Order: sequence, then C-alpha cells, then structure tokens
Amino acid sequence: MRTGLIARKEGMTRIFDADGRHVPVTVLKVEECQVVAQRTQDKDGYTAVQLGVGQAKVSRVSKAMRGVFAKAKVEPKKKLVEFRVTPENLIDVGATLSVEHFVPGQLVDIRGTTTGKGFAGAMKRWNFGGLRATHGVSVSHRSHGSTGQRQDPGKVFKNKKMAGHLGAETVTTQNLKIVAVYPDKDLILVEGSVPGTATSYVTIVDAVKKPAHKDAPKPAALKGSASAQAEAAPQEQSVEADAPAQEGDAQ
Amino acid sequence: MNTLQKFEAEQVALLTAGKTLPVFGPGDTLKVNIKIVEGERERVQAYEGVCIARQGNGINEKFTVRKISYGEGVERVFPLLSPRIESIQVVRRGAVRRAKLYYLRGRRGKSARITERTENRSES
Repeated sequence: MRTGLIARKEGMTRIFDADGRHVPVTVLKVEECQVVAQRTQDKDGYTAVQLGVGQAKVSRVSKAMRGVFAKAKVEPKKKLVEFRVTPENLIDVGATLSVEHFVPGQLVDIRGTTTGKGFAGAMKRWNFGGLRATHGVSVSHRSHGSTGQRQDPGKVFKNKKMAGHLGAETVTTQNLKIVAVYPDKDLILVEGSVPGTATSYVTIVDAVKKPAHKDAPKPAALKGSASAQAEAAPQEQSVEADAPAQEGDAQ
Repeated sequence: MNTLQKFEAEQVALLTAGKTLPVFGPGDTLKVNIKIVEGERERVQAYEGVCIARQGNGINEKFTVRKISYGEGVERVFPLLSPRIESIQVVRRGAVRRAKLYYLRGRRGKSARITERTENRSES
C-alpha cells in the first residue's frame, strides 16, 4: 500500500485527447507536499506517513504545531493528512512528493468534503417529487407528504427520508482516471468530477478496488530525485500527443 | 490569473499553435473542414452552412453551423479549438443584427436568406 497525495481542487475544464475527443477534467494542484511525520509499528502500533501541503502563515500556526513542523524541518503546512502505508513504503521525513506519484491512465480514489447545501428540503435532498401544483394543494408544494401509516405502527420509522442538512460530508469517489500529470506545474488532471468546491483540499490514493498500476513508482515519486526527472519527459508526451510543444510552451 | 485560468490559457495556446482561425460570427457562411477517420484512413470532409451562434469562451468556445441537407435542416455544433477541425473558411459574410440566429429554424427558402454584408469594415 503506497501513500497518497493531498491536492487542492482548482476547478474543472476540458482538454482534447490524442483522438480529438474532448475530455472533462478536474485540475488538482499538489503544492509542496512534504512528509511531516512517520508512524511506525514500534512507536505507534501502525505504519503511516503524515503529509502536509500548502503554505500556512507562521503567525497563524499554534505554538504546539510549530514545534511539530520544526522537528520535521519543514515549512508550516495548511493541511495535514495521514496515509496508512505498508512498512516498505515509508518515506523519509522532509521528502517532497511529486505529482508523478500517479501515472496517466491509472485509476485513483479521491476523497473530499462535498459542497455544503445547508438545510435542504426533501425534494433537493432525496429527489422527492413534491406535491401537485393544483388540485387543492396549498402552501406545501415542495413538502415530502406523508411520513407513515395509521395508528399501527403509529410512529415514524427511523431513517425516514426527510428535510435536513445536505452536503459538507466526506465523500470518496472511486476509480477516477488520471488523464495527465504536469510535474513542472504540480498539476494532476483527473477525468470527471471530484467532491468538494474549488480551493478545497482532497486526498488522492490508488484505487482500492483495482490492481496496482505497474508503472506507479514505489514507495513514492519524490521531487528532485533522478528517477523522477528521467520519467518526466516521456510521460507528458504520451498524454499530450496532440501537444508536442508542451515543454517549450510552459508559461 | 489563477491556476485554472493559466492552465486553460496554455491549452488554448497549444491548440491554436500553427493554426489561424478566421474571424467570423453569426450570419457568416462557413466551410468547416473536418478530419474523419474511416477505419485506418483519415480524410477531410467539408461541412458548409450558416453559422447561427457562437457561445462560450477560451477553450470552451463552440459554434453552431446550420445547413439544409436533402430538404432537412441539420445543425452541428463544433468546439472552436477542436483538433478534429482541419480548417474553417468563411465563404460569405452575412449582415445580421443579432448574436443568435435561432429564428432561422422556423424559416425556409426565401425568408431564410441572409443578405451579404457589403460595408468595408476593417478586419471583421
């Protein structure tokens, strides 16, 4: 089990693939994703890496957390997430991960917090039909209608779908396809939509329901390492077959 | 410019590299040369008709071309920057007063004509 990555959702756009078909993609940015801590079997009873992403203002970081970052010798991070890994996939503290951790064509699971909708009625929350527009219905056109039976059972069953808070929950979308990675821009393109609003943080991990991708680097793709540099060029070209001028046109 | 806008701008630059898109708008008669793959072979097919709408911007921009094919109205929507479009030629400039010419859908023959634009505007 490899570690995942923390990314910031930038929004959705489209790109054209090699065949000229348009592909709806979500753009995710992995900003300075570093290992902040390790959890080991001896000390913590499980193995995991704690990753941090983004840049937090030092003045807004608590003294306790400043100590944590100082110990790892990394800049204060905006978002910290732990990823369970197998012991051989542990990464050194302070290492910076690259977006090449995921390879184009690979399937991933993405977890994020969905857009909050507040207190929503039964029509929006559960796709109820509502009541009729005419035929004597007054005021309650968007209500849920009856919630139960008669004197027996004489109660509303538990889990009855009703109005209430909608959204702002943690959701994992499984088996999303990586369309492209841009190591120089720290961007990952994923086909389709991803839970959350733009600028929200999401976590990306290898798809749990699919076999591991054979080209995925183990234990992780690190920035500045020789292997990551070597892989950079061919990967991008395979994705952007219609865009051979990719390297030159950056910026 | 945020990350997404920057990314889109780069994509637009890549897609338009080496291509010159003609300036056209609703009312213009266009000849759109589309690349079509037939089995292994790729050939170019022309689709000629009146541009009745342009919508979206940047990488999302698309345009609608309407023509009468064997007595039946046909409309096709093309992404402006699609790599499958080989080229676009403006056959005739039309003088129209609105951005969306959906009223043409209800018209046939003489009433569906668009007069040619004659004034000599610079570059548009």
